[in-house]
Amino acid sequence: MFGQSILSLVIWVPILAGVAVLATGSDRNATLARWIALAGALLGLAVAIPLVTGFDTGTSAMQFVEKATWIPAFNIHYHLGVDGISMPLILLNSFITVLVVIAGWRVIQDKVAQYMAAFLIMSGLINGVFASLDGILFYVFFEGMLIPLYLIVGVWGGPNRVYAAFKFFLYTLLGSLLMLVSMIYLYFQSGGSFDIQTWHTTTLGMTAQTLMFFAFLLAFGVKVPMWPVHTWLPDAHVEAPTGGSVVLAAITLKVGAYGFLRFILPILPDASAEYAWFVIALSLIAVAYIGLVALAQSDMKKLIAYSSIAHMGFVTLGFFMFSPLGVEGGLVQMISHGFVSAALFLCIGVMYDRLHSRQIKDYGGLVNRMPLFAAFFMLFAMANAGLPATSGFVGEFMVIMAAAKVNFWFAFVAATTLILGAAYTLWMYKRVVFGEVTNPRVEELTDINAREILLLGVLAVCVLAMGLYPKPFTDIMHVSVVDLLAHVAQSKLP
Amino acid sequence: MSDFLTQFAPALPEIFVLAMVSLILVIDAAVDDSKRYIAYVLSLATLAGAAFLTMNDFSTMPVLALNGLFIDDPLSDVLKLFLYLTVATVLVYSRDYLRTRGLYKGEFFVLALFALLGMMVMVSASHFLTLYLGLELLSLSLYAMVALQRDSGVASEAAMKYFVLGALASGMLLYGMSMIYGVTGSLALADIAQNLSDGTDLRIPLVFGIVFIVAGLAFKLGAVPFHMWVPDVYHGAPTAVTLLIGSAPKIAAFAFVVRILGQGLESQASEWRDMLVILAVLSMAVGNIAAIAQTNLKRMLAYSTISHMGFMLLGILAGSQNGYSSAMFYVLVYALMSLGGFGMILLLSRAGFEADKLEDFKGLNRRSPWLAFLMLLLMFSMAGVPPTVGFYAKLSVLQAVVGIGYVWLAVAAVLFSLIGAFYYLRIVKLMYFDTPHDTSPIAASPDTRIIMSANGLAVLALGILPQPLMAVCVYAIGASF
Repeated sequence: MFGQSILSLVIWVPILAGVAVLATGSDRNATLARWIALAGALLGLAVAIPLVTGFDTGTSAMQFVEKATWIPAFNIHYHLGVDGISMPLILLNSFITVLVVIAGWRVIQDKVAQYMAAFLIMSGLINGVFASLDGILFYVFFEGMLIPLYLIVGVWGGPNRVYAAFKFFLYTLLGSLLMLVSMIYLYFQSGGSFDIQTWHTTTLGMTAQTLMFFAFLLAFGVKVPMWPVHTWLPDAHVEAPTGGSVVLAAITLKVGAYGFLRFILPILPDASAEYAWFVIALSLIAVAYIGLVALAQSDMKKLIAYSSIAHMGFVTLGFFMFSPLGVEGGLVQMISHGFVSAALFLCIGVMYDRLHSRQIKDYGGLVNRMPLFAAFFMLFAMANAGLPATSGFVGEFMVIMAAAKVNFWFAFVAATTLILGAAYTLWMYKRVVFGEVTNPRVEELTDINAREILLLGVLAVCVLAMGLYPKPFTDIMHVSVVDLLAHVAQSKLP
Repeated sequence: MSDFLTQFAPALPEIFVLAMVSLILVIDAAVDDSKRYIAYVLSLATLAGAAFLTMNDFSTMPVLALNGLFIDDPLSDVLKLFLYLTVATVLVYSRDYLRTRGLYKGEFFVLALFALLGMMVMVSASHFLTLYLGLELLSLSLYAMVALQRDSGVASEAAMKYFVLGALASGMLLYGMSMIYGVTGSLALADIAQNLSDGTDLRIPLVFGIVFIVAGLAFKLGAVPFHMWVPDVYHGAPTAVTLLIGSAPKIAAFAFVVRILGQGLESQASEWRDMLVILAVLSMAVGNIAAIAQTNLKRMLAYSTISHMGFMLLGILAGSQNGYSSAMFYVLVYALMSLGGFGMILLLSRAGFEADKLEDFKGLNRRSPWLAFLMLLLMFSMAGVPPTVGFYAKLSVLQAVVGIGYVWLAVAAVLFSLIGAFYYLRIVKLMYFDTPHDTSPIAASPDTRIIMSANGLAVLALGILPQPLMAVCVYAIGASF
């Protein structure tokens, strides 16, 4: 019955569920709000399943396409569709949303309905970002998701939440607004169309491409985030509640990287080739320098935040190798990072809920009191360090291989992440989990409960499955990536 | 005889409003204080009646009447309908506020309706004399309304400033009009347009005339550097009057500008475009930057108005039907948001307490999640963040500007709107992140709550489906030019 409108369902089910959650009102009905939120999140995941089962891996064309006139005055359409690049991201988002709802189950006691609703609405909007094939529709979702995220960081965050929320919002808005002007310019250049696929074939002069390249780069670079516009991320992460951090790391960063593949590479291929060195340089700085910064952190959340930036540097590096291996490696890294960073932030959340500290020095000897937790944490720490057989290894390895084909030194610098990543992750793990129990409060800790085992267990399965057998993931992407690169190889100069 | 009467037919709504205002004036003088609601109800009835008459006689093409002094075209009819709606909303929001401050008198309603009549004349004027007549009727009513609270020093000061600067602006405008008259030999906009498109040797008087006219218009719009009166008047006037000044007259001012520049002086667009570019950039810059420093919400919204007028000018300076319709869309959206913003201050105010400071909004989410949510929508809309309608208003003027090749101007505009986003976000921060220091219950009556909900949700609904309003603007401009 809804076969023609799966993508609409994927977008609107979470949003409507969010509205339903809001309707439960005050905290007196908190339990009801939680259950509705869980039902909404599960339903949102359920309606996304047909995207996998009905996906045709043999074509690079958009699938599950929906198109309706929306604003004829500007030729704007409600145009949805997914390919092998965007489909896995929608699934990842729908999946993470369920985890986030469960993760906030007990922890959030204040304004529960608003908290859950903000996440559900944001989940729907992010699905909209990945599914939009119309520039303005994309922009509406892209910007609209800032509103719930701003509230999540600002309302349920830590002591410095206001600063973090403002910084995050204004940083991302700066990039987005320049992108908006670029989109309007493209509208005129393409003869009055906001259709992204039309833009893919619009001829553009080098000056226009260059200017737009940097406008889009700022918009998406801030979201990724790339060095040196990354500084909002550690602040936002540290002050966000656990659920907020999970969504930030696992999903919103991917929105930026996705923008590279949907906008920058295919619309501006000549500028992308011309300024690839610039992006590569920034990516390598992110990998190496931010890796060193992570080493120096004493706050676990900040450490993982910097580690996220370093990992996302891999993604952009892979994209600008202009080879299937590099782009697919970047995509795999995106999905893998979605699982691993979500898991690590959940782990930190588990500890924070018990001890109300994120400082590494407040812990130590955790394995004595929480052996099960220590085992899970171990797995995710290893995955973050890129250990073979975990998902973290696959993407990094593919990107390093692709980089080695282009230039040995790119690969060399990129490979330092294997050392640095292992150093900062495992060193943190050692200080937190092993050693003597120095803090008397650690002595009183209890191991993870069934809810937490469920959360971490599911993610552990994902991390291992993707590490051991990544082929299903790359199969989905492959045709779309090859088509994208064929497109990028063609000059669009007039 | 019948010929004599039919030429008045297009002006029937204006005549009706005038008759009703006179009636209210007489009735209100005869009733005692307990029956002031009669004036309120009659005023709303007047608006409904005028709306009926306008709808009933909706013209699909321009009709000149009264010897070319008056024009009845789709643009004027559409704008009048929005004026009625805006003024009606103003009256509903204001009622409780006026009552608790002893201003619930016939004068307020009579002056508001006279101001409306002036605006109606402005949007329907096709001649410099009628334009000026409408403008002065509007301005004089507003001067008096600002000073309605006789014993308030701030209000009297604001009224004085408003009057002196307004009179100066009117003088400039008149001077400019006389220059144009000297060049073209006519005061009718159609004749002026015809005359100028044929070319003229009198370049210098013409350009002088345009400069004075643009300066006068900028005064009335509150565009920088002619904006000094705006914050003081918005701040000093009773909030109910600020609500009126901040909403409906902007719609009339849009019509005023489009009639003079777009219809009368269109062939001289190359002359006035650069002037408007300067006005627009300065307005966006000063409005957005100065708003950050304000602690009073009314002043903050005053500066925000200045920046919004700068944005609206972007559409006008782009010229052509595309630009004018985008400016029209912007100004209608702005009126909607402005009604909501000032209306919220009225809603949160109560006897002896003005909720016009920023900290009065602290923790509103705990006191009333619904009102906080509506205010959130209004603030994000003013900041131009989708999915609220404010985004499409920005989008439409930006595309108009990029369409004429002024990409740099669009970039400047978005950078200033980024600065603007900061102070709108601050309101959201106060409402959602902070704890309330004022916990008394909100004393708004049910009907104002309902109208406020409709107002706030309209911002969201039009943000999801902006097409109907855009289509109205495109139609009104397209059928009138």
